Amino acid sequence: MSYNTDTSNQEIQEMVIHRDDFGSKMGMWLFLFTEILLFGGLFILYAGYRYIYPEGFAAAATELDVLLGTINTIILLTSSLTVVLAIVALQKNNKKLSLFFLWVTVICGLVFLVNKYFEWGAKFHHGIYPKGPALQEMSEGEVMYFGLYYVMTGLHGLHIVIGLAFIGFVMWQIHKDVQTSTNFQKLENSGLYWHLVDIIWIFLFPLFYLIH
Amino acid sequence: MNNNHNSGHAIDNSNEHADAHGHGHDDGHIAVAHHPSYGVNILVWIGLLSLTAITVAVAGINLGSLALTVALMIALVKSMFVINFFMHLKFENKVFKIFIGICMLTFIIVLILTFFDLTFRY
Repeated sequence: MSYNTDTSNQEIQEMVIHRDDFGSKMGMWLFLFTEILLFGGLFILYAGYRYIYPEGFAAAATELDVLLGTINTIILLTSSLTVVLAIVALQKNNKKLSLFFLWVTVICGLVFLVNKYFEWGAKFHHGIYPKGPALQEMSEGEVMYFGLYYVMTGLHGLHIVIGLAFIGFVMWQIHKDVQTSTNFQKLENSGLYWHLVDIIWIFLFPLFYLIH
Repeated sequence: MNNNHNSGHAIDNSNEHADAHGHGHDDGHIAVAHHPSYGVNILVWIGLLSLTAITVAVAGINLGSLALTVALMIALVKSMFVINFFMHLKFENKVFKIFIGICMLTFIIVLILTFFDLTFRY
């Protein structure tokens, strides 16, 4: 009997607010697959040119700073953890802790971008940019490597910016009690996006920084 | 007698249904938390940091042609951890797993077809 009243209450709630968390999550995953295919195209391009110019790619990879890449990997992995912890905290109805974890994520994302700024800045300083003096002296393979490096890390950086905006929007909704312990799908979706960006970096890091 | 049995069964079913709904695996449009826990996620994070340390350390050793395979294998393991635990795929409806399988299959087919072209031309 008590179960029946529970159901009807839930049904009424569903009818009133028109929520479909399952559909929302599925929409997010389907969108993420288009993202995988977008980056997938670039990874295939990387694989193809690496196959054609193995020496050029090996030579160019030594130019990248492994330490900076490793630090950025640790920063992104940590930011992914704090998004998950924010979801757990909100599910446990701890709004303050959830917002704290999301702040850590945002700060990690910003530090990642600052590191990228210094990394790109150092490359520009050394003349590695389109029509740059150093790039014009390089072999075809090295030029292809740096072309892909700028496009792939640049597109990835753009995703970090979009992810930060998405998380910022969800933080505002948590602050306004729109996202709550029983209604957290938008927070989960922003987390899914952020983790995808993390996974892309998990592959970019060894391919550009580690393999010489 | 028969009637009693039926009503007993009906109660059993409703209990099962309530339980399934409580864990929110398959049905319902309202998402329900899957036993939220900080500990498991922190363990996964420690695992991910360890794998990062391993992949950086291995990069220092000259493995020759194996280096690419080893680095990609470690990256694959790391992404499986992120997908299954951080993205909760482990606790998700089967349809999400089928989708991601189709997505990866599409990617691998295009990669292989590209290399059919490359290996015969270069």
